[in-house]
Amino acid sequence: MKKQVTLWQEYFKGVWENNPILIQLLGLCPTLAVTVSAINGLAMGLAATFVLVMSSLLISSIRKIIPNQIRIASFIVIIATFVTVVDLVMKAKFPDLSKALGPFIPLIVVNCVILGRQEAFASKNNPGRAFLDAVGMGTGFTIALLVLGGIREIIGSRTFFGLQVLPDQYEPWLIMILPAGAFLTLGLLLGISNMYTDRKKRMEHESIIAHYKRVGREDLAEQLGVK
Amino acid sequence: MNKVTQMLLVLTSIGILAGGLLAMVSDWASPLIAANKKAETEAAIFRVQSEGKSYEKLNNAGFEVYKVMSENSQVIGYALVYEGNGFQGKIRLICGLTEDLEKIKSMEILEQVETPGLGTKVTETPFTDQFNQLETSPTVNWVKGVEPENPNEIQAITGATISSKAIVAIINNGISQMKKLRDAGGLK
Repeated sequence: MKKQVTLWQEYFKGVWENNPILIQLLGLCPTLAVTVSAINGLAMGLAATFVLVMSSLLISSIRKIIPNQIRIASFIVIIATFVTVVDLVMKAKFPDLSKALGPFIPLIVVNCVILGRQEAFASKNNPGRAFLDAVGMGTGFTIALLVLGGIREIIGSRTFFGLQVLPDQYEPWLIMILPAGAFLTLGLLLGISNMYTDRKKRMEHESIIAHYKRVGREDLAEQLGVK
Repeated sequence: MNKVTQMLLVLTSIGILAGGLLAMVSDWASPLIAANKKAETEAAIFRVQSEGKSYEKLNNAGFEVYKVMSENSQVIGYALVYEGNGFQGKIRLICGLTEDLEKIKSMEILEQVETPGLGTKVTETPFTDQFNQLETSPTVNWVKGVEPENPNEIQAITGATISSKAIVAIINNGISQMKKLRDAGGLK
């Protein structure tokens, strides 16, 4: 029987427990390349979210008529269409932003978060759930990029969203806005998020042991304890 | 329905719909994009030729150059748009020249893909301001580590030497093209 998942969980899993960047480690190329500033991270995240949501909705609603053999080709055509739409709209309405993100907007086509969600989720679920899943994944992606971009911008050029936040005496760490800085920041973020997840798991484990002890099942508690 | 026909049908219709949608969006966006680009060039011309009031493109030059006029339609100089190779890709810049091509009024980088934080320093004012009132004869030169002594020298940025050199080279190439054009009478 299919596990029951509430709508909230459908949304929230992409934000934290199955975050595309921090847990699935998907779509790292744009993540590492564009996050030199918070605004770039935010814009990239929103653009990718738009493409993800639109493609998920569409693909989920026509999932039954797409033959299995050509599903990847269809996904790519649909994704590429939405990406081109975003690219043109940004060029027409936000030329500055489009200049800053440069070649990375067209590259959303090959962002594996998007293709991955179509393959793993949208092509198997109804449009409502696909929409929630896409919005959740998009939120997670955007938050991760925003945090990454924010940290790199503050340390690397002492500004946040273009506003100076660190005093002039602070010498910006150039390495943080170079590619190496992206790897360092992402590595540390992954470490922190893993540490948090580990601690949470351990605490749950310990509370189960404590519960068994309280109800007098020392044998079960011991079994869990030695594991 | 036969599997193969279904495959053909579905993929073709997705393609047609996608193409139609893109055509519509492109139809709407392309005039806006062209307008943006034009506004951008126009703003850049008047930034490098601050006394300019109107401009006119020289169509037979073979490269992008604008004749800039003052209020009483007196030619006060040229705005030269030229590009060349930087450290990683093309650098495109605009350069305001006096009418005799002997001095650069000011210079601005329009497009570049240099290393963030290092090569991109060439777009910032401490570097670009060095080109204000710079003499162009015999060529623009760069020095490194010392203060420039001659009126045709600029100081290259430490950590962005290649980008700095590239910009000097682009400007020199552009100006020599301009001089050739002038000698051939193309600036009239």
